[in-house]
Amino acid sequence: MIKNNLKNRKKIDSIFKVASKIITWSSLVVLAVLLYHVSITGISKLSLDFLNNFPSRFPHKAGIKSALSGSIWMLTFVTLISVPIGVLSAIYLEEYSKKNRITRFVEINIANLAGVPSIVYGILGLAIFVRFFQLDRSVLAGSFTMSLLILPVIIISSREAIRAVPKSIRLGAYAVGATKYQTIRHHVIPIALPGILTGVILSMSRAIGETAPLIMIGALTYVAFVPETVMDPFTTLPIQVFNWASRPQAAFHEVAAAGIIILLIVLLFMNAIAIFLRNYSNKKYDF
Amino acid sequence: MILKTKNLNLFYGSTKAINNCNINIEKNKVTAIIGPSGCGKSTLLRSMNRMNDFIDSFSIKGEILFDEKNIYDSKIDATELRKSIGMVFQKPNPFPKSIYENIIWGPKINGFEGDKDKLVEESLKDAGLWDEVKNRLNDSALSLSGGQQQRLCIARAIAMKPNIILMDEPCSALDPKSTAIIETLIKKLRKNYTILIVTHNMQQAARVSDFTLFLYEGEVIEFGDTEHLFRNPKNKQTEDYITGRFG
Repeated sequence: MIKNNLKNRKKIDSIFKVASKIITWSSLVVLAVLLYHVSITGISKLSLDFLNNFPSRFPHKAGIKSALSGSIWMLTFVTLISVPIGVLSAIYLEEYSKKNRITRFVEINIANLAGVPSIVYGILGLAIFVRFFQLDRSVLAGSFTMSLLILPVIIISSREAIRAVPKSIRLGAYAVGATKYQTIRHHVIPIALPGILTGVILSMSRAIGETAPLIMIGALTYVAFVPETVMDPFTTLPIQVFNWASRPQAAFHEVAAAGIIILLIVLLFMNAIAIFLRNYSNKKYDF
Repeated sequence: MILKTKNLNLFYGSTKAINNCNINIEKNKVTAIIGPSGCGKSTLLRSMNRMNDFIDSFSIKGEILFDEKNIYDSKIDATELRKSIGMVFQKPNPFPKSIYENIIWGPKINGFEGDKDKLVEESLKDAGLWDEVKNRLNDSALSLSGGQQQRLCIARAIAMKPNIILMDEPCSALDPKSTAIIETLIKKLRKNYTILIVTHNMQQAARVSDFTLFLYEGEVIEFGDTEHLFRNPKNKQTEDYITGRFG
């Protein structure tokens, strides 16, 4: 027998709708409050001087130049190192490797690596890049360490993007006498590109915000110069912000807030690039 | 005789999909492969241009001879083979590129040197699509209707100037009108190409093919002249299938 409890079910329906609405908006409100607080505190410190000055003992003279340029240097090299390695690994695992126990083992461990705490990568970076390869506390050592950290994420997201390319497209290419490389180069990669880019940018955003592994490998907390070669010491935005925020003087907290604003602007800028690239390639290959 | 199978057995893992198949495919004729779902029609078709190579568990015993050469011989390169034996799939699968690019990509990557525009025009004309798309060759192929996309895929296969075109239920995703257009096209293409078509639709087999192969559970039950097979099937099972008693 069917009991007509439509009224009841409709009630649950509307309760669920309202509940999800409240939850979504409450988290957005928290974010808005945070941003508001940071902006109010930091906005007075934001100026061209702030961008052009090196850190200082005096809050009114303190600037973010070395941290900003350090972050840009590091991010550039992280991109150069991790994107080719990550995307090519993803292509190999998805397109070429035989599905056997070894590749499954590799796959599981890549997923595991994505969950390893970042400080562990810092220790690894310290042992391998700083000590063994004697890169010291350079931009290069930092970039390699950070690349290790984000590689699993890039590999996993690229694999997902590649896997989402319809099999029928590959078969269509093979059927006109294409080799595997031609199929991947001309069809799989272009179609997977938006997904790959999204993964890359998301991991870049993670890299720019990470602090622990860099402190571990000895990125400096007080740098009064801009790196000129990859072997120079450096600091980055979050380290600088952390440094300021841990000072006792209230004035430095304002400086820290200003630093956070800069960090957020850099992040938003990167996300904007990601969205632009994604839309651009979507237009070319609309499904 | 352009294509021939000799004691052909096809397997997925330990499951036999085709059992001891011996058939001859004649040049410039349309041969239809019919049979109920899961009888091995597509498996047999896909083995003809080694598209089954991409399935890890697939294996083969016996021979498929194309121009008297075993295509599963280690000396034969599957990529090379697929230039001569083209394929059209069940669901239209144009590349997400322009109409023009769809046609020219195959020849281009195979080192085509010549008049590209002419090749595109000829291929589209042969596929009966030229008049509909000649003014928008640079539009995305995905802007075409399903039937047009399938004809584009036929044009893409034709552009390679193959000897044989394999069609794996090319009309199953299309409406009756597009199906009729493609059937007319198949009859026309017979002049220059040998066509193998897998179909679920017996009437379609009767309409377009010269020869019909009836497969049941991996066995060739009957193979012969289409008219003959549909008028006087020799085998009881064939008769039951084509009269709709099962399948």
